[in-house]
Amino acid sequence: MNPLAGCLLVSALLFSVGIAGALTRRSAILVLAGIELMLNAANLNFIAFWRFGPHPEFLTGMIFVIFSIAVAAAEAAVGLALILAIYRFTRTSDVSEITEMKG
Amino acid sequence: MTLAFLILALLTVAGGVAAMTLRRLVHCALALTVAFAGLAALYLNLGAEFAGLAQLLVYVGAIAILIVFVVLLTRGGESDPEHVFSPAGLAGLVIALAVFAVLAWAVMTSAVAHGAQSTPAPQTSMLQIGLTLMQRYVLPLEVIALMLTAAMIGAVILALREKPTSPASPSPNPELRAR
Amino acid sequence: MTGNSLWIVRNLWLIPALPMLAAGCSAFLKKSERTLSATLAIGSMSLSLLLALFAFLQMLIDPTRQVVSFAWLRFGDQWLSLGWLLDPLAAVMLVMVTFVGLLIFIYSLGYMAHDDNFTRFFCFLSLFAGAMLGVVIANSLLLLFMCWEVVGLTSYLLIGFWFHRPAAAAAAKKAFITTRVGDLGLLIGMVWLYAQSGTLIFYDNGRGCLEQSAVAGLAGHVTLFGMAVSTAIGLLIFCGAAGKSGQVPLHVWLPDAMEGPTPVSALIHAATMVAAGVYLVARVYPLMSAHALEVVAWVGAITALFAACIAVAQDDIKRILAYSTVSQLGYMMLGLGVGGVAVGVFHLITHAFFKALLFLGAGSIIHGCTEEQDIRNMGGLRRFMPVTFLTYAAGMLALCGFPLFAGFWSKDAILHAAHGWGVSRGPFYLGAIGALLTAFYMTRQVCYVFFGQRRAPAASVMPATVAAHAIPADQLEPVVSARLGEVCAIEDPHESPVVMTRPLQILAVFAVFLGFVGTPAWPWFQSFIAGQTAKFDFGGFSEPGLLSIMLVSSLIVFAGLAFGWWFYGRKPILHATDPDALERLQPGIFHALANRLYVDEFYGVTVIALMRFLAAFSAWLDRWIFGGAVNLISWLVKGFGWLDAGADKFVVNGGFDEGCREVARGGRLFSRLQNGRVQTYLSVLAAALVVLAVLLLWGRRG
Repeated sequence: MNPLAGCLLVSALLFSVGIAGALTRRSAILVLAGIELMLNAANLNFIAFWRFGPHPEFLTGMIFVIFSIAVAAAEAAVGLALILAIYRFTRTSDVSEITEMKG
Repeated sequence: MTLAFLILALLTVAGGVAAMTLRRLVHCALALTVAFAGLAALYLNLGAEFAGLAQLLVYVGAIAILIVFVVLLTRGGESDPEHVFSPAGLAGLVIALAVFAVLAWAVMTSAVAHGAQSTPAPQTSMLQIGLTLMQRYVLPLEVIALMLTAAMIGAVILALREKPTSPASPSPNPELRAR
Repeated sequence: MTGNSLWIVRNLWLIPALPMLAAGCSAFLKKSERTLSATLAIGSMSLSLLLALFAFLQMLIDPTRQVVSFAWLRFGDQWLSLGWLLDPLAAVMLVMVTFVGLLIFIYSLGYMAHDDNFTRFFCFLSLFAGAMLGVVIANSLLLLFMCWEVVGLTSYLLIGFWFHRPAAAAAAKKAFITTRVGDLGLLIGMVWLYAQSGTLIFYDNGRGCLEQSAVAGLAGHVTLFGMAVSTAIGLLIFCGAAGKSGQVPLHVWLPDAMEGPTPVSALIHAATMVAAGVYLVARVYPLMSAHALEVVAWVGAITALFAACIAVAQDDIKRILAYSTVSQLGYMMLGLGVGGVAVGVFHLITHAFFKALLFLGAGSIIHGCTEEQDIRNMGGLRRFMPVTFLTYAAGMLALCGFPLFAGFWSKDAILHAAHGWGVSRGPFYLGAIGALLTAFYMTRQVCYVFFGQRRAPAASVMPATVAAHAIPADQLEPVVSARLGEVCAIEDPHESPVVMTRPLQILAVFAVFLGFVGTPAWPWFQSFIAGQTAKFDFGGFSEPGLLSIMLVSSLIVFAGLAFGWWFYGRKPILHATDPDALERLQPGIFHALANRLYVDEFYGVTVIALMRFLAAFSAWLDRWIFGGAVNLISWLVKGFGWLDAGADKFVVNGGFDEGCREVARGGRLFSRLQNGRVQTYLSVLAAALVVLAVLLLWGRRG
């Protein structure tokens, strides 16, 4: 197993942990946290491929990760603001209780 | 696969698992922070200094804090500690395992897994990163700036507490709770 | 349109058109607009008279036949043409019809003055006049037939003018149906003629169906029984004429037609319409072969005698005159058959005048006696109604054929021709006996009506109208009041007003003097009809046998008058219920004659019974067979409809409803996916991702 494969496995593990959390936890905040983990796993993937890939001098992976981090930040902010707003309206942050879109 | 890498990876994964399984939300948030930090160290280990530091700054410094803040602000809406996992949790777990299996399978059977052992670390400088950003990726940069602005405004508006303009103020609807 | 430059010939069509137009306008008038209706009728008739006189003058100047024809109807590549002609025969008929018609119109002003339906009467009269004039000037058998039918229609309308009375309605039906039987023969003859000769125009520059080539062609062909086609067609046309002119088998409608008002009887059933049949035969004379003319002559002779016999025993003043008309029509046909067009038409013209006179006189009598019509209830009227008496006497003498009166010359011409007929002497003897009987029954009638003393009607035989005087006027039924003249009590009869007696006087003059245009010394009429000029020449009397015939016929007339006076004039008849003098002599024969020789009853048993049976059979057929078929189809359709409804309700609707329910169920099933839980959506996403990845990887490996 070469370092690249190792990184990729770690990233896969992180990704599935993130998905597991997003799908199993009831709290909306933790769903968001799971999503952040998934994003981070993807970022790790990019860095790994940049480091062990064919043309690291193009900095493609690095730039991508920079942008990905920016996007993740924006998304976390908006998502958490949404959770706050919903909390204010329904007095709960439990996703299994917010089923207005049912049917 | 150096030892440092293994330790850091273990740390990160442990942090992630802890974040997803602990009962109390604040603990989860802190574990998440550990995971983020572990990831930053991994980046540094892989030679992506800028990414690692950016990770630290943004994720640990902002997002984790934000999460803690929101946890604290939504205190009363937590589900009771006995039932932190949702009813369809088992299915979710199975699916997650399936995802890992597929991904692992893809990695292990692909060409990358049996390629060269290691290559020398690339020498990157801030100047290079800056130039690349400003020359090649200037458009995404501007778009990202716009997006961040929009997100900022959106978040503020979403989280703004509305002033009651009429006697029938939009009070929280208790019927929406128990389903 | 072929025509010529003479103004009167080009505009000859105006003569029938004006009265028809007046009738059309009258049809829209209200009951109260009487003067307008009468003005229209009389005005149009006067104009037609003027035009007819103009035409007559033209014929006097130049008796050549003038023809106008135009194409009317196209079918395939053939054209049916119509047209009119003007020749001496038509001119004479035009003048007669318009003149007598005008006089009768004026008479009707007085006679129908108290009738509610005055306006309708004049409308129908104008229509009749127009149609009759159309028959006269028609140059096409088709146009003649069309006008013929309208004449029949107006006859029906006018006989049944007081249609509330069942007798009048029945009489109108009888007239129409009986003449229809004759018209069927006419129609078949017309169609056959068209098929054989290709044209229905009479005179058309050599191409007409009455002209040389066509007639020769028709005479050449032979049809069933070995008859020539022209004979057959001629006989068929004679059928129509026999129906309209009341020849023996088809005479039964004429006496019943007396149910109509008296002016109608005068105009239609004495002077003009019944003469239309005679005119028709005269018009198609070139077509009539010797065999056909034989039949015509015999039928005419038999009719003449038959009707005269029945007239002897009738008691209704108008019925006597009706049978007299039938008899005289027989004479006309006899004259056509044995002597030719001029002989028959001469009698037609003179008869028109004196018969119209007699009918109008009878109307005057009826009017003066407050609707009394039975001669047994009259008597001694010459003291009360002198003008009527004198004019009636003139007409009666003319009818009998009293020497030097109009009827004498015309009837004598017929008897002379019959005597000299090569085929048989039979018609002559029949005609002679008929002349005797004519004189006899007319004398009987005159004696009963005018001489003797006034006989008040017996209480039991009082006519309903007179008995109605005992009832207050406002309780009278409309049926009765329609026939009342001035409502007066049972008092002495009075003379009629001038508007009624003036036409009588005018007609009387003609009845006396008209015959002089056709005497053997100066046969102006006969020559005129033939298109030649006549010279005044007493040598005409020296024709062999003529003087002796004249003597014989005069003697016959005197004998008849004498017999009549012997039986009825010698002793006054005292009571209305006294039996007739003849009745006392020969009660059996008298009763048979009084019952009209049971012809109607015979028809009732045979023809009518057959018709009733056919009608019942047709009704059964229609109700059960055709109606049954229609009902069957309707049941079938209903059955199909019921099936359809069931199919629609259960299969289509049911199927559709089931389908919809399935769709709803499916929808409900799928909507469970949307449980509103984000995590569920995410799970599905992730699962799908896994599946996709597996597929890709598997594909890559394989």
